[in-house]
Amino acid sequence: MSASFFFGVEVFMNGLMAGVMYSLVALGFVLIFKASGIFNYAQGVMALFAAQTLVGLQTGLVPFSHLINAVFGTEVHHFGWNIPTVFAILLTILIMIVFAILVEKLVLKHLVNQEPIILFMATIGLAYFMEGFGDLMWGSEIKTLDIGIPQGGNIWVEEATAGLGGEDFFGFYLDTLDIYATVIAIALVTALVLFSQYTKTGRALRAVADDHQAALSVGISLRTIWVIVWSIAGFVALVAGAMWGAKSGVQFSLSLIALKALPVLMLGGFTSIPGAIVGGLIIGVGEKMFEFLIGAPFLGGATENWFAYMLALLFLVFRPQGLFGEKIIERV
Amino acid sequence: MLYREVGDFKTSYKADGQTFPIAFDRYRYYAVLLIAFALVPFLLNDYWVKAIVLPFLIYSIAAIGLNILTGYCGQVSLGSGGFMAVGAYSCYKFMTGMDIWLPFGENGESIQYALPPLNIFFSVILGGFTTALVGILFGLPSLRIKGFYLAVATLAAQFFLVWLFNKWSWTYNYSASGQITAPERLLFGQAITGPSTEPWATYLFCLVFVVVLALVARNLTRGHLGRSWMAIRDMDIAAEIIGVNPMKAKLTAFAISSFYIGIAGALLFAVYLGAVEVGEVYGIQKSFLVLFMIIIGGLGSIFGSFAGAAFMVLLPVLLKNVLVGQLGWATDIAAHLEFAIVGALIIVFLIAEPHGLAQLWRVIKEKLRLWPFPH
Repeated sequence: MSASFFFGVEVFMNGLMAGVMYSLVALGFVLIFKASGIFNYAQGVMALFAAQTLVGLQTGLVPFSHLINAVFGTEVHHFGWNIPTVFAILLTILIMIVFAILVEKLVLKHLVNQEPIILFMATIGLAYFMEGFGDLMWGSEIKTLDIGIPQGGNIWVEEATAGLGGEDFFGFYLDTLDIYATVIAIALVTALVLFSQYTKTGRALRAVADDHQAALSVGISLRTIWVIVWSIAGFVALVAGAMWGAKSGVQFSLSLIALKALPVLMLGGFTSIPGAIVGGLIIGVGEKMFEFLIGAPFLGGATENWFAYMLALLFLVFRPQGLFGEKIIERV
Repeated sequence: MLYREVGDFKTSYKADGQTFPIAFDRYRYYAVLLIAFALVPFLLNDYWVKAIVLPFLIYSIAAIGLNILTGYCGQVSLGSGGFMAVGAYSCYKFMTGMDIWLPFGENGESIQYALPPLNIFFSVILGGFTTALVGILFGLPSLRIKGFYLAVATLAAQFFLVWLFNKWSWTYNYSASGQITAPERLLFGQAITGPSTEPWATYLFCLVFVVVLALVARNLTRGHLGRSWMAIRDMDIAAEIIGVNPMKAKLTAFAISSFYIGIAGALLFAVYLGAVEVGEVYGIQKSFLVLFMIIIGGLGSIFGSFAGAAFMVLLPVLLKNVLVGQLGWATDIAAHLEFAIVGALIIVFLIAEPHGLAQLWRVIKEKLRLWPFPH
């Protein structure tokens, strides 16, 4: 067993962990798409906004401080208190629910029965709005998010695996945060599946996903369901945003994870929760392995930007509905 | 009274099939052309050309191109930025002399053949053709994939092309900075690109492209090809059944749309910016910008492409002037506010008028037909 083989295995495992992160974001997309047929481009920005809000509440930032300072010439920035993480998370969830209600009231309600492309454009507009709004509210500088999860390599994994290889092998390097994220993601997905299978609201969600009109006719309120779905998507965004934010800082690039989640969706199918997870893992492992085996040695590196899209594109040519998507049946 | 078909008798098929059948439209068109060619060049100064007029003209071409693909043929594309980059880089290669390396030399060395540097006008056109070829290549999946899946698939083009122009040093002539910089090129003895251009010259150069391309687009969309695009857009299976060849329709839409977008990209680089770093200028933001233009302007309308481009070019300039110039805010706060306002405006537009500014214009025309009598 050579060192490069073990390095390959390590890349593989890191790919799996990255894939879990992609799945987390993709999950938010799938939830909204299933329940309302809306392709929510704003999911990534929602993650950014949730993470910004979490940091802002935790560290007691004054909302809109830059704007207030610009208009009134004051010098406010901090309230001077720190809120415990648990309360900050609860408050952020509350804010995301309020956001879901506002989106439903101000945007979705008026766009019922429009073409999907119009709704998609509306979510891009929403993404732009939230990006500007979030930066206005909390400032655009890079913030560090500390939610109590230790950072850095996991000593335990490293020591446990060090004996596998030869002299020059010191065990696998896995980020503790990634391991936590994986566990949290698994818990979140399990909770979502249980929720949608065994609760009344969950059944209503599935009914709406199945057929809007039939769901309406048996007395399910579409608008309530939309608020619930957007709230859940906001919660998923918070989890994804907190994880990514803790890993690499809360900054604009966080919203770009939405772009990483899109090929995951294509691969797994827009309507399938298992698809989002499997697709995320395939993309995470695929792009890391491609970069390791082909990209970095032969193509000059940084292939991670497009590999996922190319993979999804090639895959779709052979299976247009994705891995687990519903078969597309067209009638005239 | 002025705007009507009634009483305007056509006596030949040629007169009936002309580009603007309604007399008022025709005269308005001639008047706009006259003002644009004969009056505006004398009024322009450097600020107006750089801040408003050139971006408006160039983005109009891009918006018409994307409108052909998305508005007329119904294939949503998020790859416009990447296609603009193809136009810019191939224009750059043609205007600096395309070098071709063949591995047939003695001792296995490659030999270099180089085309002479081409005239800027032909470089831009050839840039368009190169983009059309790339567009056809990335349009091939559209034969299998539809709707959102296709929209996301075009993102593959966006990211791959930007990466390619970052990594493939041949495309930027092995320059150390990885940037491409347009050298000075003349047309009729007048500098079009480079540091010492006259505002009116660059303006007229772009205007010629805009007028010709818009006219071609308008007539294409009225003809056989445009109707087959619209049939595919409205329902592709039904179109196939009545005899529209979907492969031909989709691929021509991709090719012609990419041609337009490539020319816009080439002009943006060569005439407007002068020096370009691919990730900054032709990133995904550009794709969204062009998409916003056609949504706000109106899908499936040439006039809408112009209106949308004007709106999206003017809005940031206006906001910046008011917020930074008048109120004296810091530029970063103004930029955030601009994001929020643009986003909110898009949503408001979609709710109030999903068919865009072009629909407002159509409503005005309907009113004009009856004016001054309401019934």
